[in-house]
Amino acid sequence: MGSNMAENHPVAFRWPMKAKMNGAKIIHVDPRFTRTSAMADIHAHIRAGSDIAFLGGLVNFVLDHPRWNSEPFFRTWLLEYSNAPFIVSSDFQDAEDRDGVFSGLLEYKGGVTEWPLNGFVGSYDGKSWQYAGTATGATGEPAAQTAKSGETGPSNRPHDAGAAADRGTGDPRRAAPPPGPPFDALVRSLKKPPPRRDPTLQDPRCVFQIVKRHFARYTPEMVERVTGCPKDLFLKVAETLLENSGPDRTSAFVYAVAWTQHTNGPQIIGCAALLQILLGNMGRPGAGIMALRGHASIQGSTDIPTLYHSIHGYLGHPSVLKRHRTLAEYLASETVATGYYANTPKFMVSYLKSMWGDAATKDNGFGYGWHPRILGDHSHLPMFVAMDERRVKGMLLIGQNPATSINARLERRAMGKLEWLVVKDNWVHESATFWKNAPEVKSGAVRPQDIKTEVFFFPSAQVAEEEGSFTNTQRMLQWHFKAAEPPGDCRGDLWFTYQLGKRLKALYASSTAARDEGFQKLLFDYAPAAESERAKGGPDPHRILKEINGFLTADPGQHLKGFGELKDDGSTTCASWIYCGVFPAPDQNLAARKQPDPPGQEGGQLQWGWAWPANRRIMYNRASADLQGRPWSERKKWVWWDGSTWTGKDTPDFAITRSPSAKADPNGIGMDALSGTEPFIMKTDGRGWLFVPTGLVDGPLPTHYEPAESPVKNPLYKQQSSPVLKYWKHEGNSLAGTGDPAFPHVITTYRLTEHYLAGAMSRWNPWLTELQPELFVEISPELAAAQGIRNLDFVRITSPRASVRAKALVTRRLRPFVIDGKTVHQVGMPWHWGYEGVVTGDVVNELTALVADPNVSIHEGKSFVCRVEKA
Amino acid sequence: MTVSRRDFLKISGASGGALGGLSALGATLAPALARAQELRIKEAKTTPSVCPYCSVGCATLVHTVEGKIVNIEGDPRSPHNEGTLCPKGAATYQLHVNPNRPTQVLHRAPGATDWEVWDLDRAMSRVAELVKKTRDETFIERLPDGTPVNATTAIFSLGGATLDNEWNHIHQKLLRGLGIVAIENQARI
Repeated sequence: MGSNMAENHPVAFRWPMKAKMNGAKIIHVDPRFTRTSAMADIHAHIRAGSDIAFLGGLVNFVLDHPRWNSEPFFRTWLLEYSNAPFIVSSDFQDAEDRDGVFSGLLEYKGGVTEWPLNGFVGSYDGKSWQYAGTATGATGEPAAQTAKSGETGPSNRPHDAGAAADRGTGDPRRAAPPPGPPFDALVRSLKKPPPRRDPTLQDPRCVFQIVKRHFARYTPEMVERVTGCPKDLFLKVAETLLENSGPDRTSAFVYAVAWTQHTNGPQIIGCAALLQILLGNMGRPGAGIMALRGHASIQGSTDIPTLYHSIHGYLGHPSVLKRHRTLAEYLASETVATGYYANTPKFMVSYLKSMWGDAATKDNGFGYGWHPRILGDHSHLPMFVAMDERRVKGMLLIGQNPATSINARLERRAMGKLEWLVVKDNWVHESATFWKNAPEVKSGAVRPQDIKTEVFFFPSAQVAEEEGSFTNTQRMLQWHFKAAEPPGDCRGDLWFTYQLGKRLKALYASSTAARDEGFQKLLFDYAPAAESERAKGGPDPHRILKEINGFLTADPGQHLKGFGELKDDGSTTCASWIYCGVFPAPDQNLAARKQPDPPGQEGGQLQWGWAWPANRRIMYNRASADLQGRPWSERKKWVWWDGSTWTGKDTPDFAITRSPSAKADPNGIGMDALSGTEPFIMKTDGRGWLFVPTGLVDGPLPTHYEPAESPVKNPLYKQQSSPVLKYWKHEGNSLAGTGDPAFPHVITTYRLTEHYLAGAMSRWNPWLTELQPELFVEISPELAAAQGIRNLDFVRITSPRASVRAKALVTRRLRPFVIDGKTVHQVGMPWHWGYEGVVTGDVVNELTALVADPNVSIHEGKSFVCRVEKA
Repeated sequence: MTVSRRDFLKISGASGGALGGLSALGATLAPALARAQELRIKEAKTTPSVCPYCSVGCATLVHTVEGKIVNIEGDPRSPHNEGTLCPKGAATYQLHVNPNRPTQVLHRAPGATDWEVWDLDRAMSRVAELVKKTRDETFIERLPDGTPVNATTAIFSLGGATLDNEWNHIHQKLLRGLGIVAIENQARI
C-alpha cells in the first residue's frame, strides 16, 4: 500500500517477485492499476486518501476473527509484546465518542512572536492520552522514537505543541534537574511508576478494549462506503493477510510517499504498525513495515539530519519552545528513564564533543550554550512562506529543485524575493533559471529586471567522480569509490561545503564578539593527509566518517566499536550514536565492504556494507523468538537464546546476555526496567504500541479523516479532516471547500521508472527522455466520456492554486469510485516535467497546496482536488 | 569495431529499415555487438560505485580508460541487485558523459537578464561574504525573556537526500556551528 514498487523501486521488486515464484501472495492496495498491480495476486482499488479506513477495516476484521482470538501465538504477542494490557488515563475520551475529536483539543496558542509560521489550525494537549498514573507534563515525554514515521523518519513532539507550558521559563515550581556528569541521577529523577495493567484484558480502560471500541465501526460495509473498494474484495485481502500470519508465516507491508504525503501520514503508517503487532509481524524475517525511500541517501540525510527538527541520531534539536536552556534541562526534557533511550545523555555529550572538541568541557556544559535553538517549524513549507514575507534573505540550494515543488508558483515567487540564491547542482535546472525561463517570466507577467536576487550556479561532480557513503532504504551504508575526476569547474559537494567553511572560518578568525565564539571553536578540519589530495582543496571523506563513528577523546586513533562504549563524561567523541561501529578501527571502513554471502548459504549478508544500528538487518529481532527465546518456528528462525546468550543469523537486538527469564527491575532504569521478554527496547515499556500515549500530536489512535481537500463529506465522523493539520493561509494558497463543484475531481500525483523527481537527473538524459518524453494525465474512460475528452487530446487540469496542460491518456487503469452513494472521479499525473531539459512540460506541482501533517510537516501531494476539462 | 546499440539503431534507421541495417553491418551482427561490448571495457579499470537514483542501493561498476568513464553497469556481486539495473540506473553513464552537462560557474547579478561566467574562487568568496553578512545582520542571541537562541532564520539550506552522508555531516555541522537552523532536504516532502 502507498507504493508502486514495480515502477519506482524496480530492482528491489525482483525480490517480491522471487517470493511469488516460491508461493508468496502479493497484494496491491492502490487507487490506480499500475505496474505493481499487474504483478499482484490481488489488486484492491481504493480512493486516494482513504488508507486508514481500509487499514482500520483490517484491524477490525482481525480483532473479530475466531482464529486470531483462539491461537496462542497471537495471544502471546498481545499480552507480552504489545501494550494491550496497559490502563489508560480515565480522562481519555476517544474520537469515536466525540465525533472525530480526541480529548484535549485546544485552540492553537504555541510559538514565539519571532516565528509565527507554525501553521497549526488547532492543537491537542495530550495529557489525557497517557497511561493512568504516569502523566508528568503537558504533552508527555518527548523522547525520540526509532520507528520510521514517514519520509522524515522519526519525529519528536513538534516543537510548539503545548510549548508555553513546557518551556518552563520563569516557572518556580519546576526545580532544576540534577546536574552531571554523571547523569545517572538525572535519568533516575525521570523515572515514572510502571503502567498499571490488566492481564485479563477486560478492563474497559485497557488499551485492548479501547482499540476494539475505536475500530468497531470500521466494518467491511464501512470500508466499501469510505474507500470505494467492494466489500468482497476487501474481505479477500483481509483473509489472505490473516492466513499468512502466524508462527510459520509472516506478511510485510511496503509503503512509500503515498503514505507520507497526507495530512495524517504518520497515522496511516501507525495503523499498519498496530495491525502488524496484532498479527505478530514485527522483528521477524519477511515481516515488518518497509519504507521505500525515494533518494539514494535520503535515509542518511535523515539519520545525519539536514533537517531542522533533529540533530544526529534522532535526538531532538534544542528549541526555545521546550525547556532547553541548559544541557541538564535539555537532557531532562529529552531523556526517558526506561528502555534504551535512557542512554540519551551519553549520545548527546558525545555529539557535543564532536562539535567543539577540547573546547567542550564539563564546566561549560560541553559547549551546549553555543548550540543554536530552533524557534518553531523551519521546515520546507513555512520556510517558503517566510521567504515570500522577506523573512528569509539567502538560500543555499544543493541538490533540490523547489521551482517545481509544492505550490510551485508560490515557491518561485518567494525565491524572487531572496537577496541571494546559491544553486549547486549537476544541471542548470528550473530553480537556477526561475528568473529567466519560468512560465510567468516567459508570459511577461514577471520581469527579470524586477527580480533583485543575486544568483549563483556551481556545477557539481557526479557520483562516480566522488568518494563517500550513501545510506540506502534498508539503513545500509554503502561506500562508492571515485573513478574519475570531474570536468572543468565541477566540484564535489564535500568540496563546496568544506571550502565555504574554510572561508567563513577565515572571515570570523579575528572577531571578538561573544556570539562568534562557538563558530570559532567549531572543529572543522578534514584535510587529507596526502599532499596531492590536499592540493585539490577538498576534505578527506574518511576523516568525516571517522568523526561520525567516534573515538576515544584522549586518543582519536582508538575508534569506538559500538554505541555501548559511549560515555556521558566527555571521554568519548561521536557525532552519531546510531552510526557508531561503521568505522571500528582506523583501517576498517565497514561501509566499503563488498563481500556477499557464499552461494547456497545466503543469510543476513552481514559482510556487505554496514547497516545501522550495529550492522543489524532486522530491528527488534528479539520478537523473532518466543517468550522462552526459542524461534517461533523452524521456517521463521532468525534470532534465539542459546542458554547463555542471544545468537542467530543477525546481530541480536537485545542485551546480549539478558536471559528470557530475567525479570524487570521495578526500580531500574534503562534496560534493567525491561524484562527478558520485552522486545521493543526503544520504547519506554519495551512493548509494541497499539495505542500511542506520547509522541504523536494528532491523536493516540489512527482515525479516518478526509484529506484537506475532498469532494465528499467524512462518512465516519462530523469532523471532516484532521483538527490539527497544518495550513498556511497565504496569497496563492487557497483551498477548495468540501464538495466544491468547481473542483469535483480527485487527483493523485506520482513517479515513473524512467524519470526521477522533477527531472533534473533524467530530463537532461537523452536515453531516458526517449523512453518517457511527454507529460500526461491518466483519465478513466468514464470521466473522458463525461468531459468529451478523447485519448491524446490536450486537457487542462485546474486546482484552486494553478492550471496546467497535459495530454490525455484515457485508460481503464483509472476508474470512478462510488463513495457514500456519490460517484467520484479520480485522475493521476506524474510530476517529472518542468521548463528546462531536453524535454519539457508543465509543472504539475503548481497544483498542490501548502497544507501538511502536524507531526512531520509533510504536504498532501497524494490527494487533493481539481477540475479536468478539454483544453 | 565499436558499435553501440544506439549507433546500430542509427545505422538501421539511415539504411531505411532493419534489413538494410543488418546487411550494412554483416550477417553475424549479434556476436559482433557482444564483442564490441567486451572490447569497450577490456583494458578498462573497474571501480565499485552505487547508483545515485532511488534508495534501493544497487551496486554498480564504473569502467574507466585513461581516467575517462566509458561504461557503468550493475555489480553482479551485490546481494541487492545481482548485476541488474533499472532504466535509470542503466543510464547513469549519461549523468557523467553528456553534452548538456554544465562545467562552468555562472553568476546572475540582481535584475540582470542573463548569466555571466564567473571564476570559481571569486564565486566561493562572494558566497562566503554573503553568508556572513546575512548571518551578522539577522542573528538572534536571546528572546526578550532571556531564553538563549544563538540562531538566524534568515538563511535557508535546502537539499541533501541524493548526497553523501559525509556531506550531510559537514554541511549540517557548519551551518549549526554558524547558528543557521533552517536546514531541510527532500525527506520532508
